[in-house]
Amino acid sequence: MTMETTARPVAPPALPPRDWSRTAFNLLVWGGLVAGLTWAWAPAEMFRVVNLFTDAGNMAEYASGFLDPNFRDLDYYFDEIILTVQIAIWGTLLAVIAAVPFGILSANNMAPWWIYQPVRRLMDAFRAINELVFAVLFVVAVGLGPFAGVMALFVHTTGVLAKLFSEAVEAIDPRPVEGIRATGATKLQEVVFGVIPQVLPLWISFSLYRFESNVRSATVLGLVGAGGIGQVLFESIRGFYYAETAAILIVVVVTVTVVDLISQQLRKLVI
Amino acid sequence: MAAVSVQGLSKTFGKKQALCDISLDVAPGEMVALIGASGSGKSTLIRHIAGLERGTGAPCCIDVFGKRLQEAGKLTREAREIRREVGVIFQQFNLVNRLPVLTNVLIGHLGRIPAWRGTLGFFSREEKQAAMASLARVSIDETARQRSSTLSGGQQQRAAIARALVQGARLLLADEPIASLDPASAKRVMETLAEINRQDGITVVVSLHQVEYARRYCPRTVALRDGVIAYDGPSTALTPAFLRELYGEASEELILPEDEPAVAPAPPPRSRSVPEPAFATA
Repeated sequence: MTMETTARPVAPPALPPRDWSRTAFNLLVWGGLVAGLTWAWAPAEMFRVVNLFTDAGNMAEYASGFLDPNFRDLDYYFDEIILTVQIAIWGTLLAVIAAVPFGILSANNMAPWWIYQPVRRLMDAFRAINELVFAVLFVVAVGLGPFAGVMALFVHTTGVLAKLFSEAVEAIDPRPVEGIRATGATKLQEVVFGVIPQVLPLWISFSLYRFESNVRSATVLGLVGAGGIGQVLFESIRGFYYAETAAILIVVVVTVTVVDLISQQLRKLVI
Repeated sequence: MAAVSVQGLSKTFGKKQALCDISLDVAPGEMVALIGASGSGKSTLIRHIAGLERGTGAPCCIDVFGKRLQEAGKLTREAREIRREVGVIFQQFNLVNRLPVLTNVLIGHLGRIPAWRGTLGFFSREEKQAAMASLARVSIDETARQRSSTLSGGQQQRAAIARALVQGARLLLADEPIASLDPASAKRVMETLAEINRQDGITVVVSLHQVEYARRYCPRTVALRDGVIAYDGPSTALTPAFLRELYGEASEELILPEDEPAVAPAPPPRSRSVPEPAFATA
Protein backbone atom coordinates (compact mmCIF):
# COMPACT_ATOMS: atom_id res chain seq x y z
CA MET A 1 0.00 0.00 0.00
CA THR A 2 2.62 2.51 1.06
CA MET A 3 4.73 1.58 -1.99
CA GLU A 4 1.84 2.35 -4.22
CA THR A 5 1.13 5.74 -2.69
CA THR A 6 4.75 6.85 -2.88
CA ALA A 7 5.10 5.68 -6.43
CA ARG A 8 2.10 7.52 -7.80
CA PRO A 9 2.31 11.26 -7.28
CA VAL A 10 -0.91 12.60 -5.87
CA ALA A 11 -2.30 15.76 -7.49
CA PRO A 12 -1.74 18.72 -5.14
CA PRO A 13 -4.90 20.29 -3.74
CA ALA A 14 -6.36 23.05 -5.93
CA LEU A 15 -5.17 26.59 -5.27
CA PRO A 16 -7.59 28.72 -3.30
CA PRO A 17 -9.64 30.97 -5.62
CA ARG A 18 -8.39 34.47 -6.12
CA ASP A 19 -9.73 36.88 -3.51
CA TRP A 20 -10.98 39.79 -5.65
CA SER A 21 -11.86 42.03 -2.71
CA ARG A 22 -8.28 41.70 -1.50
CA THR A 23 -6.96 42.61 -4.97
CA ALA A 24 -9.25 45.63 -5.16
CA PHE A 25 -8.11 46.71 -1.72
CA ASN A 26 -4.45 46.48 -2.73
CA LEU A 27 -5.10 48.52 -5.86
CA LEU A 28 -6.86 51.13 -3.77
CA VAL A 29 -3.95 51.40 -1.33
CA TRP A 30 -1.34 51.75 -4.10
CA GLY A 31 -3.56 54.14 -6.07
CA GLY A 32 -4.03 56.29 -2.99
CA LEU A 33 -0.30 56.36 -2.35
CA VAL A 34 0.48 57.46 -5.93
CA ALA A 35 -2.29 60.09 -5.84
CA GLY A 36 -0.94 61.49 -2.58
CA LEU A 37 2.60 61.77 -3.92
CA THR A 38 1.42 63.48 -7.12
CA TRP A 39 -0.69 65.90 -5.13
CA ALA A 40 2.31 66.99 -3.07
CA TRP A 41 4.83 67.13 -5.97
CA ALA A 42 4.34 70.64 -7.37
CA PRO A 43 3.63 72.50 -4.10
CA ALA A 44 6.80 71.06 -2.62
CA GLU A 45 8.69 72.27 -5.73
CA MET A 46 9.97 68.78 -6.33
CA PHE A 47 10.46 69.69 -10.01
CA ARG A 48 13.52 71.63 -8.90
CA VAL A 49 15.29 68.36 -8.18
CA VAL A 50 17.16 68.92 -11.49
CA ASN A 51 18.82 71.98 -9.97
CA LEU A 52 20.87 69.62 -7.83
CA PHE A 53 22.65 68.63 -11.04
CA THR A 54 22.49 71.82 -13.14
CA ASP A 55 23.75 73.92 -10.22
CA ALA A 56 26.28 71.32 -9.13
CA GLY A 57 29.03 73.89 -9.53
CA ASN A 58 27.50 76.20 -6.91
CA MET A 59 27.06 73.24 -4.59
CA ALA A 60 30.68 72.23 -4.99
CA GLU A 61 31.85 75.76 -4.31
CA TYR A 62 29.67 75.99 -1.22
CA ALA A 63 30.80 72.61 0.01
CA SER A 64 34.46 73.41 -0.57
CA GLY A 65 34.13 76.15 2.04
CA PHE A 66 33.55 73.42 4.62
CA LEU A 67 36.57 71.37 3.66
CA ASP A 68 38.92 73.33 5.86
CA PRO A 69 37.34 73.48 9.31
CA ASN A 70 38.70 76.12 11.65
CA PHE A 71 39.14 74.80 15.19
CA ARG A 72 40.70 77.97 16.61
CA ASP A 73 37.77 78.53 18.98
CA LEU A 74 37.39 74.88 19.91
CA ASP A 75 37.38 75.63 23.67
CA TYR A 76 34.47 77.96 23.17
CA TYR A 77 32.56 75.41 21.04
CA PHE A 78 33.32 72.79 23.62
CA ASP A 79 31.83 74.91 26.45
CA GLU A 80 28.73 75.57 24.34
CA ILE A 81 28.15 71.95 23.38
CA ILE A 82 28.51 70.90 27.04
CA LEU A 83 25.89 73.52 27.89
CA THR A 84 23.69 72.06 25.15
CA VAL A 85 23.94 68.58 26.69
CA GLN A 86 23.21 70.07 30.12
CA ILE A 87 20.04 71.69 28.76
CA ALA A 88 18.99 68.32 27.31
CA ILE A 89 19.66 66.54 30.63
CA TRP A 90 17.38 68.82 32.64
CA GLY A 91 14.73 69.12 29.96
CA THR A 92 14.51 65.32 29.69
CA LEU A 93 14.58 64.69 33.44
CA LEU A 94 11.71 67.10 34.14
CA ALA A 95 9.76 65.59 31.25
CA VAL A 96 10.25 62.03 32.52
CA ILE A 97 8.98 63.04 35.96
CA ALA A 98 5.91 64.75 34.51
CA ALA A 99 5.24 62.00 31.97
CA VAL A 100 4.81 59.32 34.67
CA PRO A 101 1.49 60.65 36.05
CA PHE A 102 0.35 61.99 32.67
CA GLY A 103 1.21 58.68 30.99
CA ILE A 104 -0.74 56.64 33.53
CA LEU A 105 -3.71 59.01 33.41
CA SER A 106 -3.86 58.81 29.62
CA ALA A 107 -3.89 54.98 29.54
CA ASN A 108 -7.36 53.61 28.90
CA ASN A 109 -6.90 50.67 31.27
CA MET A 110 -5.97 52.92 34.21
CA ALA A 111 -8.39 55.84 34.05
CA PRO A 112 -12.02 56.38 32.97
CA TRP A 113 -12.55 58.06 29.58
CA TRP A 114 -13.46 61.40 31.10
CA ILE A 115 -9.95 61.56 32.53
CA TYR A 116 -7.83 59.97 29.81
CA GLN A 117 -9.45 61.85 26.90
CA PRO A 118 -8.72 65.38 28.25
CA VAL A 119 -5.24 64.34 29.42
CA ARG A 120 -4.47 62.85 25.99
CA ARG A 121 -5.64 66.03 24.22
CA LEU A 122 -3.42 68.13 26.49
CA MET A 123 -0.47 65.85 25.67
CA ASP A 124 -1.32 66.17 21.96
CA ALA A 125 -1.05 69.92 22.32
CA PHE A 126 2.33 69.63 24.08
CA ARG A 127 3.56 67.37 21.31
CA ALA A 128 2.09 69.27 18.38
CA ILE A 129 4.08 72.41 19.09
CA ASN A 130 7.74 72.18 18.14
CA GLU A 131 10.48 72.72 20.72
CA LEU A 132 11.67 75.74 18.79
CA VAL A 133 8.28 77.42 19.05
CA PHE A 134 8.12 76.69 22.77
CA ALA A 135 11.63 78.12 23.06
CA VAL A 136 10.50 81.40 21.51
CA LEU A 137 7.57 81.53 23.95
CA PHE A 138 9.77 80.78 26.96
CA VAL A 139 12.40 83.31 25.90
CA VAL A 140 9.61 85.87 26.13
CA ALA A 141 8.42 84.49 29.47
CA VAL A 142 11.65 83.78 31.36
CA GLY A 143 14.20 85.74 29.32
CA LEU A 144 17.08 84.76 27.03
CA GLY A 145 19.28 81.88 28.09
CA PRO A 146 19.50 78.14 28.69
CA PHE A 147 16.57 77.98 31.13
CA ALA A 148 14.16 78.88 28.31
CA GLY A 149 15.66 75.94 26.37
CA VAL A 150 15.19 73.58 29.32
CA MET A 151 11.53 74.58 29.64
CA ALA A 152 10.94 74.20 25.88
CA LEU A 153 12.37 70.66 25.85
CA PHE A 154 10.50 69.84 29.07
CA VAL A 155 7.05 70.70 27.71
CA HIS A 156 7.46 69.11 24.29
CA THR A 157 9.12 65.94 25.63
CA THR A 158 6.42 65.54 28.29
CA GLY A 159 3.88 65.27 25.49
CA VAL A 160 5.94 62.69 23.61
CA LEU A 161 6.89 60.56 26.62
CA ALA A 162 3.37 60.60 28.10
CA LYS A 163 2.09 59.05 24.88
CA LEU A 164 4.83 56.42 24.74
CA PHE A 165 4.46 55.67 28.47
CA SER A 166 0.69 55.26 28.21
CA GLU A 167 1.04 52.86 25.28
CA ALA A 168 3.36 50.71 27.39
CA VAL A 169 0.84 50.79 30.25
CA GLU A 170 -1.99 49.77 27.94
CA ALA A 171 -0.01 46.69 26.88
CA ILE A 172 0.59 45.31 30.41
CA ASP A 173 -0.60 41.95 31.65
CA PRO A 174 -3.66 42.75 33.82
CA ARG A 175 -3.44 39.59 35.92
CA PRO A 176 -0.68 40.63 38.36
CA VAL A 177 -2.57 43.87 38.95
CA GLU A 178 -5.66 41.85 39.81
CA GLY A 179 -3.59 39.72 42.16
CA ILE A 180 -2.53 42.87 44.01
CA ARG A 181 -6.06 44.27 44.05
CA ALA A 182 -7.23 41.03 45.66
CA THR A 183 -4.96 41.67 48.69
CA GLY A 184 -6.93 44.83 49.52
CA ALA A 185 -4.33 47.25 48.13
CA THR A 186 -5.25 50.80 47.13
CA LYS A 187 -5.47 51.90 43.51
CA LEU A 188 -2.15 53.74 43.79
CA GLN A 189 -0.51 50.63 45.24
CA GLU A 190 -1.82 48.59 42.31
CA VAL A 191 0.03 51.01 40.02
CA VAL A 192 3.22 51.07 42.08
CA PHE A 193 3.55 47.30 42.52
CA GLY A 194 1.61 45.93 39.57
CA VAL A 195 2.06 48.36 36.68
CA ILE A 196 5.41 50.14 37.15
CA PRO A 197 7.54 46.98 37.46
CA GLN A 198 6.04 45.71 34.20
CA VAL A 199 6.63 48.89 32.19
CA LEU A 200 9.88 50.09 33.75
CA PRO A 201 12.31 48.63 31.18
CA LEU A 202 10.33 50.16 28.31
CA TRP A 203 9.98 53.47 30.09
CA ILE A 204 13.72 53.68 30.70
CA SER A 205 14.40 52.81 27.09
CA PHE A 206 11.98 55.49 25.83
CA SER A 207 13.47 58.08 28.19
CA LEU A 208 17.02 57.41 27.05
CA TYR A 209 15.95 57.59 23.42
CA ARG A 210 14.27 60.94 24.07
CA PHE A 211 17.45 62.14 25.77
CA GLU A 212 19.36 61.41 22.57
CA SER A 213 16.73 63.25 20.53
CA ASN A 214 16.80 66.16 22.93
CA VAL A 215 20.56 66.58 22.57
CA ARG A 216 19.94 66.88 18.81
CA SER A 217 17.05 69.30 19.33
CA ALA A 218 19.00 71.37 21.83
CA THR A 219 21.68 72.09 19.22
CA VAL A 220 19.20 74.35 17.38
CA LEU A 221 17.50 75.96 20.39
CA GLY A 222 20.21 78.61 20.43
CA LEU A 223 18.80 79.96 17.15
CA VAL A 224 16.10 81.75 19.14
CA GLY A 225 18.34 82.70 22.04
CA ALA A 226 17.57 79.75 24.26
CA GLY A 227 21.22 78.91 24.94
CA GLY A 228 23.69 76.32 23.75
CA ILE A 229 25.74 75.77 20.60
CA GLY A 230 22.88 76.76 18.29
CA GLN A 231 23.51 80.42 18.85
CA VAL A 232 27.17 80.14 17.78
CA LEU A 233 26.23 77.93 14.84
CA PHE A 234 23.59 80.32 13.58
CA GLU A 235 25.89 83.32 13.85
CA SER A 236 28.67 81.68 11.85
CA ILE A 237 26.27 80.51 9.12
CA ARG A 238 24.76 83.99 8.89
CA GLY A 239 28.25 85.51 8.62
CA PHE A 240 29.39 83.03 5.89
CA TYR A 241 32.18 81.75 8.19
CA TYR A 242 32.28 78.36 6.48
CA ALA A 243 35.39 77.15 8.22
CA GLU A 244 33.98 77.89 11.68
CA THR A 245 30.58 76.41 10.73
CA ALA A 246 32.29 73.22 9.60
CA ALA A 247 34.15 72.98 12.91
CA ILE A 248 30.94 73.46 14.90
CA LEU A 249 29.09 70.86 12.84
CA ILE A 250 31.87 68.36 13.47
CA VAL A 251 31.69 69.04 17.21
CA VAL A 252 27.89 68.51 17.09
CA VAL A 253 28.14 65.25 15.14
CA VAL A 254 30.81 63.86 17.46
CA THR A 255 28.80 64.81 20.56
CA VAL A 256 25.55 63.33 19.27
CA THR A 257 27.37 60.13 18.33
CA VAL A 258 28.97 59.84 21.76
CA VAL A 259 25.63 60.45 23.50
CA ASP A 260 23.99 57.81 21.28
CA LEU A 261 26.65 55.26 22.09
CA ILE A 262 26.43 55.90 25.83
CA SER A 263 22.66 55.71 25.94
CA GLN A 264 22.63 52.54 23.84
CA GLN A 265 24.91 50.91 26.41
CA LEU A 266 22.65 52.11 29.23
CA ARG A 267 19.58 50.73 27.46
CA LYS A 268 21.25 47.36 27.09
CA LEU A 269 21.83 47.36 30.83
CA VAL A 270 18.17 47.77 31.74
CA ILE A 271 16.59 45.43 29.23
CA MET B 1 -22.18 33.56 60.68
CA ALA B 2 -21.30 32.11 57.31
CA ALA B 3 -17.86 32.68 55.83
CA VAL B 4 -19.44 33.21 52.45
CA SER B 5 -23.08 33.80 51.75
CA VAL B 6 -24.20 34.23 48.16
CA GLN B 7 -27.83 34.98 47.47
CA GLY B 8 -29.55 35.07 44.11
CA LEU B 9 -26.39 35.85 42.15
CA SER B 10 -26.76 36.14 38.38
CA LYS B 11 -24.23 37.33 35.83
CA THR B 12 -24.50 37.90 32.13
CA PHE B 13 -21.62 38.71 29.81
CA GLY B 14 -23.24 40.36 26.81
CA LYS B 15 -25.99 37.87 25.94
CA LYS B 16 -24.38 34.88 27.58
CA GLN B 17 -25.75 33.90 30.96
CA ALA B 18 -22.70 32.88 33.00
CA LEU B 19 -24.37 32.48 36.39
CA CYS B 20 -28.07 32.05 37.04
CA ASP B 21 -29.60 32.64 40.46
CA ILE B 22 -26.80 31.09 42.52
CA SER B 23 -27.33 30.80 46.27
CA LEU B 24 -24.58 29.28 48.37
CA ASP B 25 -23.43 29.27 51.99
CA VAL B 26 -20.01 28.23 53.17
CA ALA B 27 -19.41 27.81 56.91
CA PRO B 28 -16.15 28.98 58.52
CA GLY B 29 -13.45 26.31 58.41
CA GLU B 30 -14.94 24.40 55.50
CA MET B 31 -12.97 23.24 52.49
CA VAL B 32 -15.28 23.30 49.53
CA ALA B 33 -14.57 22.28 45.94
CA LEU B 34 -16.30 23.91 43.02
CA ILE B 35 -16.34 21.64 40.03
CA GLY B 36 -17.76 21.89 36.56
CA ALA B 37 -16.80 21.66 32.93
CA SER B 38 -15.18 24.60 31.11
CA GLY B 39 -17.58 27.49 30.90
CA SER B 40 -19.80 26.23 33.69
CA GLY B 41 -19.23 29.41 35.69
CA LYS B 42 -16.94 28.28 38.50
CA SER B 43 -14.27 30.91 37.85
CA THR B 44 -16.93 33.58 37.48
CA LEU B 45 -18.45 32.62 40.84
CA ILE B 46 -15.05 32.77 42.57
CA ARG B 47 -14.28 36.16 41.01
CA HIS B 48 -17.58 37.48 42.33
CA ILE B 49 -16.84 36.31 45.87
CA ALA B 50 -13.40 37.96 45.60
CA GLY B 51 -15.06 41.22 44.59
CA LEU B 52 -13.33 41.26 41.19
CA GLU B 53 -16.63 41.05 39.27
CA ARG B 54 -20.01 42.54 39.96
CA GLY B 55 -23.26 40.64 39.59
CA THR B 56 -25.98 41.54 37.11
CA GLY B 57 -29.45 42.46 38.22
CA ALA B 58 -31.11 43.66 41.37
CA PRO B 59 -31.70 40.86 43.86
CA CYS B 60 -28.19 39.46 44.18
CA CYS B 61 -25.94 40.04 47.14
CA ILE B 62 -22.77 38.51 48.54
CA ASP B 63 -21.70 38.62 52.20
CA VAL B 64 -18.27 37.62 53.43
CA PHE B 65 -17.95 37.01 57.18
CA GLY B 66 -21.20 38.87 57.74
CA LYS B 67 -20.11 41.99 55.85
CA ARG B 68 -21.83 42.99 52.64
CA LEU B 69 -19.36 42.81 49.73
CA GLN B 70 -21.66 43.56 46.83
CA GLU B 71 -25.32 44.18 46.38
CA ALA B 72 -27.40 44.67 43.25
CA GLY B 73 -24.40 44.89 40.93
CA LYS B 74 -22.41 47.38 43.03
CA LEU B 75 -19.42 46.85 45.30
CA THR B 76 -20.01 48.33 48.75
CA ARG B 77 -17.70 50.77 50.52
CA GLU B 78 -16.43 47.90 52.61
CA ALA B 79 -15.19 45.98 49.56
CA ARG B 80 -11.53 46.90 50.03
CA GLU B 81 -11.73 46.10 53.72
CA ILE B 82 -13.27 42.70 52.93
CA ARG B 83 -10.60 41.92 50.29
CA ARG B 84 -8.02 41.99 53.10
CA GLU B 85 -9.81 39.06 54.71
CA VAL B 86 -9.89 37.15 51.45
CA GLY B 87 -6.81 35.66 49.84
CA VAL B 88 -7.16 34.82 46.16
CA ILE B 89 -5.07 32.32 44.24
CA PHE B 90 -5.29 32.33 40.48
CA GLN B 91 -4.73 29.78 37.74
CA GLN B 92 -1.93 31.91 36.25
CA PHE B 93 -0.53 32.77 39.74
CA ASN B 94 -0.81 36.53 39.08
CA LEU B 95 2.55 37.36 40.59
CA VAL B 96 4.50 40.37 39.36
CA ASN B 97 7.17 38.61 37.31
CA ARG B 98 9.89 41.21 37.50
CA LEU B 99 9.72 41.62 41.27
CA PRO B 100 11.56 39.32 43.66
CA VAL B 101 9.53 36.56 45.28
CA LEU B 102 9.91 38.25 48.68
CA THR B 103 8.41 41.52 47.40
CA ASN B 104 5.54 39.61 45.82
CA VAL B 105 4.82 38.05 49.21
CA LEU B 106 5.22 41.39 51.02
CA ILE B 107 2.47 42.76 48.78
CA GLY B 108 0.15 40.65 50.95
CA HIS B 109 0.69 43.19 53.75
CA LEU B 110 -0.56 46.15 51.69
CA GLY B 111 -4.16 46.00 52.86
CA ARG B 112 -3.17 46.08 56.53
CA ILE B 113 -0.37 48.64 56.85
CA PRO B 114 -0.70 52.44 56.48
CA ALA B 115 -1.26 53.28 52.81
CA TRP B 116 1.68 55.71 52.51
CA ARG B 117 4.11 53.15 53.89
CA GLY B 118 2.86 50.43 51.59
CA THR B 119 2.91 52.72 48.56
CA LEU B 120 6.53 53.69 49.18
CA GLY B 121 7.45 50.06 49.79
CA PHE B 122 8.70 50.53 53.35
CA PHE B 123 8.13 47.18 55.03
CA SER B 124 9.20 46.66 58.63
CA ARG B 125 11.53 43.95 59.83
CA GLU B 126 8.64 42.02 61.38
CA GLU B 127 6.71 42.17 58.13
CA LYS B 128 9.69 40.85 56.20
CA GLN B 129 10.13 38.09 58.76
CA ALA B 130 6.47 37.17 58.45
CA ALA B 131 6.90 36.98 54.68
CA MET B 132 9.95 34.74 55.05
CA ALA B 133 8.07 32.55 57.53
CA SER B 134 5.22 32.00 55.11
CA LEU B 135 7.66 31.27 52.29
CA ALA B 136 9.29 28.72 54.57
CA ARG B 137 5.89 27.24 55.28
CA VAL B 138 5.35 26.51 51.58
CA SER B 139 9.05 25.48 51.48
CA ILE B 140 10.34 27.93 48.87
CA ASP B 141 12.15 30.32 51.24
CA GLU B 142 15.43 29.74 49.40
CA THR B 143 13.99 31.53 46.34
CA ALA B 144 13.13 34.75 48.21
CA ARG B 145 15.64 36.93 46.35
CA GLN B 146 14.92 35.55 42.86
CA ARG B 147 12.65 37.21 40.39
CA SER B 148 9.38 35.33 40.47
CA SER B 149 9.56 34.73 36.71
CA THR B 150 12.52 32.40 37.32
CA LEU B 151 10.40 30.01 39.40
CA SER B 152 8.63 26.92 38.10
CA GLY B 153 4.84 26.95 37.88
CA GLY B 154 4.40 24.97 41.07
CA GLN B 155 6.80 27.23 42.97
CA GLN B 156 5.03 30.33 41.67
CA GLN B 157 1.71 28.99 42.86
CA ARG B 158 3.20 28.33 46.27
CA ALA B 159 4.56 31.88 46.34
CA ALA B 160 1.02 33.06 45.62
CA ILE B 161 -0.21 30.96 48.55
CA ALA B 162 2.50 32.53 50.72
CA ARG B 163 1.19 35.95 49.70
CA ALA B 164 -2.31 34.95 50.82
CA LEU B 165 -0.89 33.62 54.12
CA VAL B 166 0.93 36.90 54.80
CA GLN B 167 -2.31 38.67 54.13
CA GLY B 168 -3.76 36.90 57.17
CA ALA B 169 -6.78 35.94 55.13
CA ARG B 170 -9.59 34.07 56.86
CA LEU B 171 -10.99 32.92 53.53
CA LEU B 172 -8.90 31.55 50.69
CA LEU B 173 -10.39 31.49 47.21
CA ALA B 174 -8.48 29.43 44.68
CA ASP B 175 -9.50 29.75 41.06
CA GLU B 176 -8.26 26.62 39.24
CA PRO B 177 -5.00 26.74 41.21
CA ILE B 178 -3.67 23.53 39.70
CA ALA B 179 -4.95 23.73 36.13
CA SER B 180 -1.58 24.93 34.75
CA LEU B 181 0.56 22.59 36.83
CA ASP B 182 2.04 19.16 36.31
CA PRO B 183 0.55 16.36 38.45
CA ALA B 184 3.31 16.38 41.07
CA SER B 185 3.13 20.16 41.56
CA ALA B 186 -0.65 20.00 41.53
CA LYS B 187 -0.65 17.49 44.34
CA ARG B 188 1.81 19.59 46.33
CA VAL B 189 -0.34 22.71 45.97
CA MET B 190 -3.54 20.88 46.93
CA GLU B 191 -1.80 19.42 49.99
CA THR B 192 -0.62 22.88 51.01
CA LEU B 193 -4.17 24.23 50.70
CA ALA B 194 -5.59 21.33 52.70
CA GLU B 195 -2.95 21.80 55.40
CA ILE B 196 -3.71 25.51 55.70
CA ASN B 197 -7.37 24.66 56.03
CA ARG B 198 -6.74 22.04 58.68
CA GLN B 199 -4.08 23.80 60.77
CA ASP B 200 -5.16 27.44 60.57
CA GLY B 201 -8.87 26.90 60.22
CA ILE B 202 -8.91 29.07 57.09
CA THR B 203 -11.98 28.54 54.97
CA VAL B 204 -11.00 27.37 51.50
CA VAL B 205 -13.10 27.48 48.35
CA VAL B 206 -11.26 25.92 45.44
CA SER B 207 -12.46 25.52 41.89
CA LEU B 208 -11.20 22.39 40.20
CA HIS B 209 -11.44 20.92 36.81
CA GLN B 210 -11.01 17.31 37.87
CA VAL B 211 -13.25 15.68 40.36
CA GLU B 212 -10.57 13.37 41.77
CA TYR B 213 -8.89 16.25 43.57
CA ALA B 214 -12.23 17.34 44.97
CA ARG B 215 -12.96 13.86 46.27
CA ARG B 216 -9.55 13.55 47.79
CA TYR B 217 -9.10 16.93 49.49
CA CYS B 218 -12.52 18.51 49.97
CA PRO B 219 -15.29 17.04 52.11
CA ARG B 220 -17.92 19.08 50.29
CA THR B 221 -18.34 19.71 46.58
CA VAL B 222 -20.53 22.16 44.73
CA ALA B 223 -20.99 21.19 41.10
CA LEU B 224 -21.94 23.81 38.54
CA ARG B 225 -23.53 23.20 35.16
CA ASP B 226 -24.27 26.06 32.77
CA GLY B 227 -24.23 28.61 35.57
CA VAL B 228 -26.57 26.69 37.86
CA ILE B 229 -25.73 24.66 40.97
CA ALA B 230 -26.36 21.08 39.88
CA TYR B 231 -25.17 19.38 43.04
CA ASP B 232 -24.17 20.47 46.52
CA GLY B 233 -23.19 17.82 49.04
CA PRO B 234 -20.54 15.39 50.19
CA SER B 235 -17.78 14.75 47.67
CA THR B 236 -18.08 11.02 48.30
CA ALA B 237 -21.31 10.93 46.32
CA LEU B 238 -19.57 12.03 43.16
CA THR B 239 -19.06 8.67 41.53
CA PRO B 240 -18.29 8.56 37.82
CA ALA B 241 -21.79 7.17 37.27
CA PHE B 242 -23.36 10.10 39.10
CA LEU B 243 -21.20 12.58 37.18
CA ARG B 244 -22.25 11.01 33.91
CA GLU B 245 -25.84 11.43 34.97
CA LEU B 246 -25.12 15.06 35.91
CA TYR B 247 -23.05 16.14 32.92
CA GLY B 248 -23.72 13.55 30.22
CA GLU B 249 -20.98 13.62 27.56
CA ALA B 250 -19.23 16.55 29.25
CA SER B 251 -18.47 14.39 32.28
CA GLU B 252 -15.50 12.89 30.45
CA GLU B 253 -13.41 16.01 30.88
CA LEU B 254 -13.95 15.89 34.64
CA ILE B 255 -12.77 12.33 35.15
CA LEU B 256 -9.36 10.97 34.49
CA PRO B 257 -9.68 7.58 32.76
CA GLU B 258 -7.75 5.57 35.35
CA ASP B 259 -9.93 6.67 38.19
CA GLU B 260 -12.73 4.13 37.95
CA PRO B 261 -13.93 2.85 40.30
CA ALA B 262 -14.09 5.76 42.68
CA VAL B 263 -11.46 6.03 45.38
CA ALA B 264 -12.78 5.99 48.93
CA PRO B 265 -12.93 9.54 50.31
CA ALA B 266 -9.78 9.95 52.31
CA PRO B 267 -8.79 12.82 54.56
CA PRO B 268 -5.68 14.60 53.24
CA PRO B 269 -2.72 12.29 53.81
CA ARG B 270 -0.59 13.16 56.82
CA SER B 271 2.51 11.42 55.70
CA ARG B 272 4.10 10.60 52.40
CA SER B 273 4.01 6.88 53.12
CA VAL B 274 0.32 6.73 52.30
CA PRO B 275 0.03 5.01 48.91
CA GLU B 276 -0.99 7.43 46.19
CA PRO B 277 -4.03 6.83 44.02
CA ALA B 278 -3.31 6.22 40.40
CA PHE B 279 -4.43 9.64 39.18
CA ALA B 280 -1.42 11.39 40.65
CA THR B 281 0.79 9.84 38.03
CA ALA B 282 -1.63 10.22 35.13
